[in-house]
Amino acid sequence: MNQDIHIPTSQSPQAEKVWEVLKQVTDPEIPVLTVTDMGIIRKVDVHDGMVEVTITPTYSGCPAMDMISVNIRLALIEAGYREIRIHTVLDPAWTTDWMTEEGKQKLRAYGIAPPAETTARSRKLLFDDVVDVECPRCQSHNTRLLSQFGSTACKALYQCNDCKEPFDYFKCH
Amino acid sequence: MSAHTSNQALIDYTLHLADSSLIMAQRSSEWCGHGPVLEQDIAITNISLDLLGQARHFYQYAAGLINQSADHTLKPATEDSLAYLRDERAFKNLLLTELPKGDWAQTILKHFFFSVYQSLLYTRLQTVPDKDLAAIAAKSLKEVAYHVKWSSEWVIRLGDGTAESHQRMLTAIEELWPYTGEMFRAADYETGMVDPSTLHAGWLKEVQDVFAEATLPMSSESVYMHVGGKTGLHTENLGYMLAELQYLQRAYPGAEW
Ligand SMILES: [Zn+2]
Repeated sequence: MNQDIHIPTSQSPQAEKVWEVLKQVTDPEIPVLTVTDMGIIRKVDVHDGMVEVTITPTYSGCPAMDMISVNIRLALIEAGYREIRIHTVLDPAWTTDWMTEEGKQKLRAYGIAPPAETTARSRKLLFDDVVDVECPRCQSHNTRLLSQFGSTACKALYQCNDCKEPFDYFKCH
Repeated sequence: MSAHTSNQALIDYTLHLADSSLIMAQRSSEWCGHGPVLEQDIAITNISLDLLGQARHFYQYAAGLINQSADHTLKPATEDSLAYLRDERAFKNLLLTELPKGDWAQTILKHFFFSVYQSLLYTRLQTVPDKDLAAIAAKSLKEVAYHVKWSSEWVIRLGDGTAESHQRMLTAIEELWPYTGEMFRAADYETGMVDPSTLHAGWLKEVQDVFAEATLPMSSESVYMHVGGKTGLHTENLGYMLAELQYLQRAYPGAEW
């Protein structure tokens, strides 16, 4: 697996314009995050008036994926594109490591703790529960896991031991 | 092996993986709104959704294979037609997945047995030459890791819990153990894919480790093992479940909302 492919680079000017459109498309479940913040856009190709966008799902059963695909299409139509193809690929599997720093900042401001570890580390820690998660409200690190599974597939439920607030944690994947 | 039989084997194998995930998801979703506490209601519903997502990927791949083959009885296929319009005898899920949800102990133990098996299977499947199956396995494995963790913790919590929770786990082991053997006995269509018998030792080791911490006894390897699900011979439970799962699309073909 090529480690470089997680940040698509060397865009043509036409593809750059498409990326600018995609930067406006948000996740229906976490509306502060855009699809580019999430790192689910794998490739953009523009040729012969046709736009091809390749996306990868976050979670296998994520019900937002179908809607994200529709929203990308609508945004591109609105920007004047007519021939649009959206492909879905599974390989390489999406990882929270692909979330941008800006995306993590937005999550924090929204009240959701961003993924704290890289996946390489979280696999090792899976059975130890010692992931250091910062409370998005008071920045305390004195927090505890309430449940591995939260309000959506991508989140776990935590509570802050200092300010007592329960909060969502975007878990490593 | 001719190209035709090997393609048929690949279709059957993919359907087997899809069916086990779908039936496991459908059965577990019965807890939605009935979980013992809110957090666990949400947990098992999320796990069901993960399994449903895996099933969809496998069905989509199988549908593509079916539509590419010259003549197939299931043609034209979609992920929906494969889930909603096949009869009980065509389903290839493990018998374990279709058993009634039982009490929380039985549900937990079933998830534990199944997710440990899935984690071992997908770890191997992600290296097979078939790129699509490998990709689905690699993707699913990330989710299954959480299912293993969740169910292991619950097995320990219930086994090493109160006298009643311990007793319920013993009953669950007695009920479910005779359905674990099927996971490791290969059906014809598994030839050339991951040989499930090679997963058995690793599975026993993981179960043994968690059972030891849960103060639960291992069952004997020599008990009678039920088989048949992989080749379409099911317990009476599957028909009832499919009746509910498939009713709408059977009564109102193509219905959308
Ligand atoms: Zn706090």
